[in-house]
Amino acid sequence: MAHLTEEKPMDLLRFTTAGSVDDGKSSLIGRLLYDTKSIFEDQLEAIERASEQLGDGQIQLALLTDGLRAEREQKITIDVAYRYFATPRRKFIIADTPGHIQYTRNMVTGASTADLAIILVDARKGLQTQSRRHAYISSLLGIKQLVLAVNKMDLVEYSQIVFDEIEREFRDYTASLGGVTIQAIPISALYGDNVVDAGDRIPWYTGPTLLKYLDEVSPPDALDHLPFRMAVQYVIRPHQDFRGLAGRVGSGTIRLGETLQVLPSKRKSVITAIDTFDGQLKSAQAGDSVVISLADDLDISRGDTLVSETDPPQLANGVRATVAWMHEEPLRLGQDLIALHGSQFVKAQIQRFVHAVNIDDLSAVDTDRLSLNEIGVVEVVFGCGLPVDPYSQNRATGGFVLIDPDTNVTVGACMVESALHDSKIQNLAFRTVRAQQVSVVNLQVAEALRSEIRSRGQAAVIVGSEFAAVAPSIMSQDVFVIVLDPRGLESRGPLVDWVVSMVDSLFGLGENTI
Amino acid sequence: MPILEPPTSMNSAHIRSHLKELEDEAIYVLREFAGQFERPTLLFSGGKDSILLTHLSRKAFYPARIPFPLLHIDTGQNFVETIDFRDHMVKQLGASLVVRYVQDSIDLGRVKDETGPGSTRNGLQTVTLLDAIRELRIDAALGGGRRDEEKARAKERFFSHRDLFGQWDPKNQRPELWNLFNGRHRAGENFRVFPLSNWTEMDVWQYIAQEKIEIPNLYFAHIRPVVKRGDVWLATSDVVELFPDERPEERLVRFRTVGDATCTGAVESTASTLDEIIAEVAAARMTERSGRADDRRGETAMEDRKRQGYF
Ligand SMILES: Nc1nc2c(ncn2[C@@H]2O[C@H](COP(=O)(O)OP(=O)(O)O)[C@@H](O)[C@H]2O)c(=O)[nH]1
Repeated sequence: MAHLTEEKPMDLLRFTTAGSVDDGKSSLIGRLLYDTKSIFEDQLEAIERASEQLGDGQIQLALLTDGLRAEREQKITIDVAYRYFATPRRKFIIADTPGHIQYTRNMVTGASTADLAIILVDARKGLQTQSRRHAYISSLLGIKQLVLAVNKMDLVEYSQIVFDEIEREFRDYTASLGGVTIQAIPISALYGDNVVDAGDRIPWYTGPTLLKYLDEVSPPDALDHLPFRMAVQYVIRPHQDFRGLAGRVGSGTIRLGETLQVLPSKRKSVITAIDTFDGQLKSAQAGDSVVISLADDLDISRGDTLVSETDPPQLANGVRATVAWMHEEPLRLGQDLIALHGSQFVKAQIQRFVHAVNIDDLSAVDTDRLSLNEIGVVEVVFGCGLPVDPYSQNRATGGFVLIDPDTNVTVGACMVESALHDSKIQNLAFRTVRAQQVSVVNLQVAEALRSEIRSRGQAAVIVGSEFAAVAPSIMSQDVFVIVLDPRGLESRGPLVDWVVSMVDSLFGLGENTI
Repeated sequence: MPILEPPTSMNSAHIRSHLKELEDEAIYVLREFAGQFERPTLLFSGGKDSILLTHLSRKAFYPARIPFPLLHIDTGQNFVETIDFRDHMVKQLGASLVVRYVQDSIDLGRVKDETGPGSTRNGLQTVTLLDAIRELRIDAALGGGRRDEEKARAKERFFSHRDLFGQWDPKNQRPELWNLFNGRHRAGENFRVFPLSNWTEMDVWQYIAQEKIEIPNLYFAHIRPVVKRGDVWLATSDVVELFPDERPEERLVRFRTVGDATCTGAVESTASTLDEIIAEVAAARMTERSGRADDRRGETAMEDRKRQGYF
C-alpha cells in the first residue's frame, strides 16, 4: 500500500467482478486486498476472530467484503459495492457485483464505469449461463478487456484439461461479441495460486498472475483521439469580462485557437482560453475538468454541448438504443420518461420495441415490454435534439439513463446504436426543435393554430423548409402543426414570444424538472 | 499566470495519474452539485476531508468564488484549533460560512444532552443538521464521505437521496451509471453529495501533500495531555469528563481524523510532516475511524446513524 518514493506516478484502473454465490468472488477480492496489504490491522483482527469462530484454520478472506451470502442472510441490500486497493504502480477501483440474473442491473451499473471485467468461473462447474451473461453485459457496456478467472483449480487437481476446455468454450462464445481481448488465468482464491503469486502448483500455466496482469495491462484506449465532446455543466462568471464554460472533456482533445461548435444552436466560435486553478492550458483532453472561454459571447448554458467543428455528433430527436431495464414496473410503449444525457434532462418516450435480447444465447425475442433486468433494443424519442454518438464509438455521448418523472427514480440505462432519422419518428410531438432557435413565418397560420392547439392539446413543430414535404401526412393526423422558420432569429416579435411560451408549455420541461 | 505546457508524452503511453483522475472526477461531481440544485451547501466539519472538499470546490469554480455556503454544525465541543482554522480558511477564501449550534437545539429542547464520562454530542448533531437543512431549505449537502472508510459506505452513491425526514434508505438508492448523476427530487427531499467517494485515506494524504493544502496542527504530532480510554488516547479538555480512575498524562500524539473532542481519539505518533504522515499511513495498523468512539458503540453503528441522516 505504500508508495513513498514513486518514480512514475500511479495511474488508475477500474474493473468489475461478477460471480454467483460460492464461485469465490469474495475470497478472490479478499485475497487481492490482503496480499496487496490494503487491509488494516483492526479489520484483519476482526476477520481472524470471526474465522476462528468458524474453525478450520484458514483465514476466511471472504469475510472482508461482507460476502453475498452474508448480505443475503442479513437481508442487506444486494448492490454494487466499491472496493479499493493499490500496488506501487496502480490504484484499482473494484465494482463488486453479484452475478445472478436477478442482479443484471447491478452488473450493468458496475460495468458502466469499468475498464476491464473479471469473469469468475468455478472450475468444477465450468462455464455457466451467468458467466456468458456477464461477458455479454461487459461487452455491451463497452469493456474490451475480459479476464476469465477459472477458480477453485485446487478442487480439480489443477487440471490443464479442465482449464483448457473452459477457456475454449469461453472464446467460442465471446467471438460473437467482437473486439474483446481475453486473458484466461487458472487460480485458487483460497490458496492464492496465481492471484498475487504464481506458486508452484500450476506449472503448465506460464502466463501472468491475476495481479500482474491487472498491474501491467495497458489501460483501455483513452478517448483522446475521438472527436471532441464536452457537456457544459456550469457557467462561471466571476465578473462581466469573464464567461467560462465549465465541464469535463468527455472525448477528444482541444487546443487554444481551435474553433468549436455549440449544440444545439450550431453556433461556432474560437477557443480563447482553457483555464484551470493551476494555470492556463494550451490543450485539454478527455478526462480533464476545465473552463473554456470562447471569442464570441454566445448564449450558452448548462445542458449545451461543445463539440468538434469538423466532426460533430448527430443532433437526434430519437435513437435506436439497447436498454437495460432496472425497475420493478415494466417498461411500456409510450410511457412518459425523462432522459438524462450529458448535463441535460429531456422528455422521452419509447416509440417501438425492436426486440428483447435473450441474454443467455443472445437471440432476439419479440416483445411489447421489458421487465426488471431485461435487455432489449428500442426506439426512444426525445423532447428535443440530443447530441449523440453510437455508444460503441463513444462512451461519453453514447450512453444515457431513463428516469421516471413521477418518482424521479433512475429506471433504465441506454446505449445508443444509431440516431433515428426524423421521418422515422412517429409521434410528432417529439419532432420538435428548441423554441429559442426559431421564429414564425406565417402569422395567419400561427394565429389560427392557437385555438386549435388549445382544443386538441397536441401539436407538432415543424421547421420551415420541411413543411411542404410533410404537410399532407400531418394534416391527416390528429395533431396540430406550428410552422417555424429557422431564419430571422434576430427579429423576435411578440408573436415569437407567444410561440416560444406556448411551445415551452407544450414541450418544455416544466418547473419541477431540474 | 503561466501557460502550462501539455504533458510531454501526448501519445498512447501518456499516463493520467490517479490523483489527477480523482481530482478531475471530484471537480466534475462538484459542478454537477452546483448545477443541479438550487440551494447547495457544503457541510464543513473541520476535518481534513472537508478541508479537502473546500479546496476542490475552489478549484472547480475558479476564477469565481465558491458559489455555495459552508455550513458548520458546531457541537460546542470542538477542538479550539478546528474553529481557529475554520475562521482563518473562510476569511482567506472569501467564502460564506453559516454556523448552527447543537447548544441551541438543546436549549430549545429538541435534543437531550448526554452527561457524565463517555458522553458525546456527536449523535445530537443529526437533529441540528436536519433542522438547519429545513430552515435553510438546503436541497443538497456536500459531504466528505469516502467509500473506503467503513463497510456501510462501500455502496454509497455520489448522489445519495434522502427522504423528507432526511433519512437514507439503503433499499431505495438510485442506480448510478457512467457519470450521469440524477439529482431530481421533490420539494422537501434532499441529497447528500460525496465527491470524494473514490478516494482512500492514502489518496487524501498524497493529494494534501501534492497540493500543499494547509491543515490544522492537530494532524501533526504534538505533545498534549491525554487519558487512555479503551485502546484510544483521548485528549483532555473542558468538555471531556474523566472517570474517577483516569489520570491525564502528556504524550506525543496526533489525530488521524478530527471530529468532536469528546470522541476523537489520538494515536501516539512522531509524524510531524506530511511525508511522515504518509509513511505512517502506509504502515497503518488501524483503520482511520477506529480511533472514534462513536463507531464503536456497535458493529453497525455507522449504518444506523446514516439511516437517521448523519453526514
Ligand atoms: N477449495 C477452494 N475453495 C474456495 C476457493 N475459492 C473460494 N472457495 C470457497 O468457496 C466458498 C465460497 O467462497 P466465497 O468467496 O464466499 O464466494 P462468493 O459467494 O462468490 O463470494 C467458501 O467456502 C470459500 O472458502 C478456491 O479457490 N478453492
